[in-house]
Amino acid sequence: MRHIISVLLENEPGALSRVVGLFSQRNFNIESLTVAPTDDETLSRLTVTTVGDDRVVEQITKQLNKLIDVVKVVDLTEGEHIERELMMIKFKASGAFRAEVKRTADIFRGQIIDITPNTYTVQLVGSSAKLDAFIEALGTGSIMEVVRSGVSGIARGEKVLSL
Amino acid sequence: MELLSGGEMVVRALRDQGVKYIYGYPGGALLHVYDAIFRQDEVEHILVRHEQAATHMADAYARATGKAGVALVTSGPGATNAVTGIATAYMDSIPMVVITGQVPSHLIGEDAFQETDMIGISRPIVKHNFSVRHAEDIPEIIRKAFHIAETGRPGPVVIDIPKDMTNPTDRFPYVFPKHVKLRSYNPVTKGHSGQIKKAFDLLMSAKRPVIYAGGGVIMGEASEELTELAQALNYPVTNTLMGLGGYPGTDRQFVGMLGMHGSYEANMVMHHSDLILAIGARFDDRITNGVDKFCPTAKIIHIDVDPASISKTIRADVPIVGPAKAVLEEMLQLLKSSNKLPDAEAVKTWWAQIDEWRQRHGGRFRTDDSEKMKPQQVIEMLSKVTGGDAYICSDVGQHQMFAAQYYKFNKPNRWINSGGLGTMGFGLPAAMGVKMNFPDADVACVTGEGSIQMNIQELSTCSQYNIPVKIICLNNGSLGMVRQWQDMNYESRHSQSYMNSLPDFIKLAEAYGHVGIKVDKYSDLEAAMVKAFAMKDRLVFMDITVDPHEHVYPMQVPRGSMRDMWLSKTERT
Ligand SMILES: Cc1cc2nc3c(=O)[nH]c(=O)nc-3n(C[C@H](O)[C@H](O)[C@H](O)COP(=O)(O)OP(=O)(O)OC[C@H]3O[C@@H](n4cnc5c(N)ncnc54)[C@H](O)[C@@H]3O)c2cc1C
Ligand SMILES: Cc1ncc(C[n+]2csc(CCOP(=O)(O)OP(=O)(O)O)c2C)c(N)n1
Ligand SMILES: [Mg+2]
Repeated sequence: MRHIISVLLENEPGALSRVVGLFSQRNFNIESLTVAPTDDETLSRLTVTTVGDDRVVEQITKQLNKLIDVVKVVDLTEGEHIERELMMIKFKASGAFRAEVKRTADIFRGQIIDITPNTYTVQLVGSSAKLDAFIEALGTGSIMEVVRSGVSGIARGEKVLSL
Repeated sequence: MELLSGGEMVVRALRDQGVKYIYGYPGGALLHVYDAIFRQDEVEHILVRHEQAATHMADAYARATGKAGVALVTSGPGATNAVTGIATAYMDSIPMVVITGQVPSHLIGEDAFQETDMIGISRPIVKHNFSVRHAEDIPEIIRKAFHIAETGRPGPVVIDIPKDMTNPTDRFPYVFPKHVKLRSYNPVTKGHSGQIKKAFDLLMSAKRPVIYAGGGVIMGEASEELTELAQALNYPVTNTLMGLGGYPGTDRQFVGMLGMHGSYEANMVMHHSDLILAIGARFDDRITNGVDKFCPTAKIIHIDVDPASISKTIRADVPIVGPAKAVLEEMLQLLKSSNKLPDAEAVKTWWAQIDEWRQRHGGRFRTDDSEKMKPQQVIEMLSKVTGGDAYICSDVGQHQMFAAQYYKFNKPNRWINSGGLGTMGFGLPAAMGVKMNFPDADVACVTGEGSIQMNIQELSTCSQYNIPVKIICLNNGSLGMVRQWQDMNYESRHSQSYMNSLPDFIKLAEAYGHVGIKVDKYSDLEAAMVKAFAMKDRLVFMDITVDPHEHVYPMQVPRGSMRDMWLSKTERT
């Protein structure tokens, strides 16, 4: 199963490499990884999406918790949550296909953020599945470049991940 | 307030931490620190001949005392030579602080002379590591390093110190913090009472129980509580290789070591049990054999201070996260206050079965007609001559397994060996680390002619500091453990497992100023060994010729269940 694990990390040099190293050292899978500072300047927040059975995911959270630089770990997929990913995608777009990109982007609530006579660049925000669906809808033939941010997530309701 | 340089702070903070010995080797990046060492006499530095030995000495000190040992090595090759020792301590959860020199901060990343990224290299084999960025942080970092190394699940910690951080002309106020707090590190100090109660109820209703105790009982100083509980319940106890001595080895309830080279009865007890109480043991693959066939009828209670050890390879029915000592104390309390009792009738039947297993195979070896001395006989003699009370520091191979099987450890912290990494070369420096800290105790290094040559240069260190350990070399003229596997799985094709041109170990010992004794016949063994141990202030190298064809048995059949074992070259369960 796919899991979204959020981690509060000491904002220290080398902290990120401990997390990344742990995943490769223990043969855990990483689908995507994002990391950025938080409102508390001593902390970074890292989100990793991974795929594994319950035993593996249990080990992932336990091993993450053991890292001294890791302050808190939560598996967002255990509860109600929202996930978002940002994608920028550049198409070779001319003739009739130009209109189709525009139409599909509208349906997906994407925005066209750059235009040249032969290209369109679309920005899209949503779950990873939605981004996948957008790519599928337009076919891969005319895609020039895809940039995805990786998943970020947050719990619904009152639940927060903080100190 | 006193002003100290970074180099002086390193030494002062170690002193304030209570460190008596630093094991190390100097080099460019550490010269300021070594100068600070020279200018004081409270912390003694022991100069080894290879950095790996420094780490094993520090590690063995920790195994014998429970307190973190300290190694000091320079940048680059000094640090990389220490890597094997760090990994050895990591795999066995041993507290240790390793201080590595580093090139000056402004050169880091420039492929400077003797630069290696020690933070990166050590990352997967440490509990934590620190890189010093401000000299004034040194005392606090050292305090934190010991705190992390010694608490929770112990482990090695590396502190990497760029040379400019120890500059003698930059001086800072020195304060050694009494306490440290790390917001992201709070090891558990007691178990969950509800879980303990649940475990207790299971324990009381078991019909075929077994207690499986590991290294966590030794490092967690819980052997008294374990012994009390086991004896109050009258349940059989088995120890892992790392747990030997955690329960008295000569006690009737002890069924021996379990696992790949465990006793017949220990593996049978495990396989047929209906309840396993695992304490500070990590269900290693050398124990479980095929995990899908592991102990099919057993429920499992697992006490471990590290939640990640629980349900990692074998799913626990009742997990208890906490230090063994505190959890066992709580169980003992429950036993005293509750009106529940173990099922004595069932346990009696269980013991009858166990005794039958014992009779059948009771860990015996056979002396065949050849005159050759058996390695097992040497260990039995060692046990006899030392009254079973020596510190036995082992290398890795068949001799290690024979020592584990035939030396009866009645006390914790007496059996010092590399289990998780299986580091050949560990034995001699380990014995040195123990002997320096327990000068009045008998300390033996049980080794093979292969392993001893991996750190033989330390015979020189032993001369310099007069460290009179006894080296018991079971010389079978081959890399016996490798050879055994080749006998069993490769139709005796002994690829590279023989030792050609062995040195004359007697002359070698003498060259370093020590005593060498060669023994070829069993009839000479006792007198020779008595003589060796009587020479209290001399290092004695006993080169003992043993049967090269001997195998270690029992040996589990790969991927089978725990009870699938070879019992000799011809018998299988
Ligand atoms: C040639 C060779 C052959 C071997 N054959 C065997 C064999 O036949 N049988 C065998 O047993 N081993 C054997 N080993 C050793 C094996 O590889 C493992 O090292 C060993 O089995 C692990 O022991 P352990 O489970 O006690 O764990 P350890 O490595 O000692 O780990 C201790 C566990 O206790 C926990 N712990 C630490 N402190 C505490 C505390 N205060 N409270 C609670 N828990 C705590 C830790 O988190 C950890 O989970 C062999 C090794 C070699 C080199
Ligand atoms: C550093 C290292 N290299 C290789 C091994 C693999 N190995 C395990 S036991 C063994 C043979 C040990 O030979 P010896 O010390 O003579 O002991 P014996 O088995 O003969 O008693 C080897 C090569 C190891 N454990 N450690
Ligand atoms: Mg040998």
